[in-house]
Amino acid sequence: MKNELSAAGVTAIAVTPARRVSSFFYKYPKNRLRALIALPALWLGLVYVAALLMLLVTAFWTVDEFTGNTRVALNFDNVISLFTDPLYTTVTLRTIGIALGVTIADITLALPIAFFMSKVAGPKLKTIIAISILLPLWASYLVKAYAWRSVLSDKGILQWLLAPLGLNTPGYSLWGAAITLGYIWLPYVILPIYGGLEKVPGNLLEASSDLGAKTFTTLRRVIFPMILPSIIAGSIFAFSLTLGDYITISIVGGPNQMLGNLIYSNVGTANNLPMAAALALVPIAIMFAYLASVKRTGALDNL
Amino acid sequence: MNLKKSTGLLIAIAVSLTLTGCAAGTSNSAGTMLDKLGKSETSLTLLGWPGYAEDGSNDPKVDWVTPFEKDTGCQVTFKPYGTSDEALSLFKTGQYDAIAASGDATLRLVAGGYVQPLNTSLIPSYSKVYDFLKNRAWNTVDSKTYGVPHGYGANLLMYNTKVVKPAPTSWSVVFDGASAYKGKVTAYDSPIYIADAALYLMKHNPDLGITNPYALDATQLAAAVTLLKAQRANVGEYWSDYLKSIQSFETGNSVVGTTWQVIKNSMSTKATVDAVLPSEGATGWSDSWMISSTSKHVNCAYKWLDYIDSPKANAAATEYFGEAPVTSDACQYASDKNFCATYHAGDAAYAAKIWYWTTPISACLDGRKDVKCTDYSAWTKAWQEIKG
Repeated sequence: MKNELSAAGVTAIAVTPARRVSSFFYKYPKNRLRALIALPALWLGLVYVAALLMLLVTAFWTVDEFTGNTRVALNFDNVISLFTDPLYTTVTLRTIGIALGVTIADITLALPIAFFMSKVAGPKLKTIIAISILLPLWASYLVKAYAWRSVLSDKGILQWLLAPLGLNTPGYSLWGAAITLGYIWLPYVILPIYGGLEKVPGNLLEASSDLGAKTFTTLRRVIFPMILPSIIAGSIFAFSLTLGDYITISIVGGPNQMLGNLIYSNVGTANNLPMAAALALVPIAIMFAYLASVKRTGALDNL
Repeated sequence: MNLKKSTGLLIAIAVSLTLTGCAAGTSNSAGTMLDKLGKSETSLTLLGWPGYAEDGSNDPKVDWVTPFEKDTGCQVTFKPYGTSDEALSLFKTGQYDAIAASGDATLRLVAGGYVQPLNTSLIPSYSKVYDFLKNRAWNTVDSKTYGVPHGYGANLLMYNTKVVKPAPTSWSVVFDGASAYKGKVTAYDSPIYIADAALYLMKHNPDLGITNPYALDATQLAAAVTLLKAQRANVGEYWSDYLKSIQSFETGNSVVGTTWQVIKNSMSTKATVDAVLPSEGATGWSDSWMISSTSKHVNCAYKWLDYIDSPKANAAATEYFGEAPVTSDACQYASDKNFCATYHAGDAAYAAKIWYWTTPISACLDGRKDVKCTDYSAWTKAWQEIKG
């Protein structure tokens, strides 16, 4: 064959290593796919899954009191104390409470804003609103938290606004932390809901109204079922991001702690990695339960 | 690709990594003392509180590292830390040649074998250091010196002069009398703050038999925790970032609580605050420079320890941070003529009122043999419970 080709004036292609690799993949096409996903799979497997598993396994170890080193032996004390120690149960419930409150408040705020953007505002106004929602995302999380520290302080703008009404700023407290978190995560809730509303065709609303439905009925029976997955998608952001927060609460939360603070102080102060790992299981478990329950709504397709 | 098989493989890899990757390392303890200095290396990596080794990059006028680098040829890299606990975990990595540590970290460093005993005859400046700073529980173990002093200060009581009347002279204003300033009391956010409550109980509740606020048996710790839980109801916020504390006092969110001299000095002139050393005395810090037991730049590290205790450098460093210098010679180099008076440098009577931070350990520091004391991990757990 080779001889025939050269006889016909076709020069033989030099067999370089690169060419060998290429012909190998040509002969065994399945290996192409394997080689392609090997790197991401390694990253996902080693860096992500392995690290997570390490964390989970660490929860069942203990710290040697004398040397401060981690002792590798199966021990359920840490995990049991999550359910029995009043400190951990109180802080867990408080954290879930804040996360739920922030989520509900954000959805309540996001729904009208997203609806106005999608169905009422003209193209110019829509752009302006979109920019003003996205703009705060460009500022650092810390900057926003410290800005709220100043807003909420006793000499802050909120006190100045509320004083004529006979009210006081919530100050550095759980309320302060919830308000700040609600502010920081709001864009993450508006955007998916806006995306969901964009998918609702305007003529459906007209049809509903032609058939005699009042505004509220249209909202309840036409729009709401269609955007429910988007609302849930938004709630996942607000809920999970609040669940893991420990910085905002330490800046504007006064003397209060959330789960993240306990994890942080077990790593940083107490040098008790196993307890920190056990505490880290709590938000993971809560999020798993939450995601499992919303999976069937189709909300995960909107993430 | 068979997905199930590969998932199984991944899990197998992960599990084997998990099992093999975590054999806990133990470092060799004690270490040997250096006999004589050799030729200086070319670099030195330091760990310390913010402002302990300034090379002019934060403020061009504040620079005592560059002269050291020129003299010795040791290029300094400095890493600041925020809390003693953070310092400990950073230093354990073995990347640092020397550390400036407070007394609540030093014993843990010695016990873990992370620092080496020092030959003080190789540190000429050490001879001039105030005697009341030498051979103390937080820098000397088994009569071996592990650290040379950097500076010291007291945790003072700060109050808003417009709100807190009459001017407090006792810590009772943040403990038994704290409800008068409900929501406006502040306290230092660290387990070591339990010692402040213990000090208060030591003076006001002698039946408990506390003789050293860092040596608490289970009953005494429980009493301190009860006191702090009562205080918690009145606390507006805890602080560990001193800038946060400054802001709280300026806005009036905090009106009374623990502070450092440097915070008082950094307050804007508009803030109506004052800071006092209450009659019970106070907790405080006395920081020591220590050398890593695994340091590869021991000669440079010794040079640094000598340099930081020399009058000019010590004056610059302690004046910048806001604490007392460790030699009387340093006073003349301070830019503020009243520097040593402000910080009560060398005032042994003032210093005797300060209970310097030291790590609580299960062997009671007050010498009691019949009971076991609560150690730092017990304090940490207690502190989490106090904050609730």
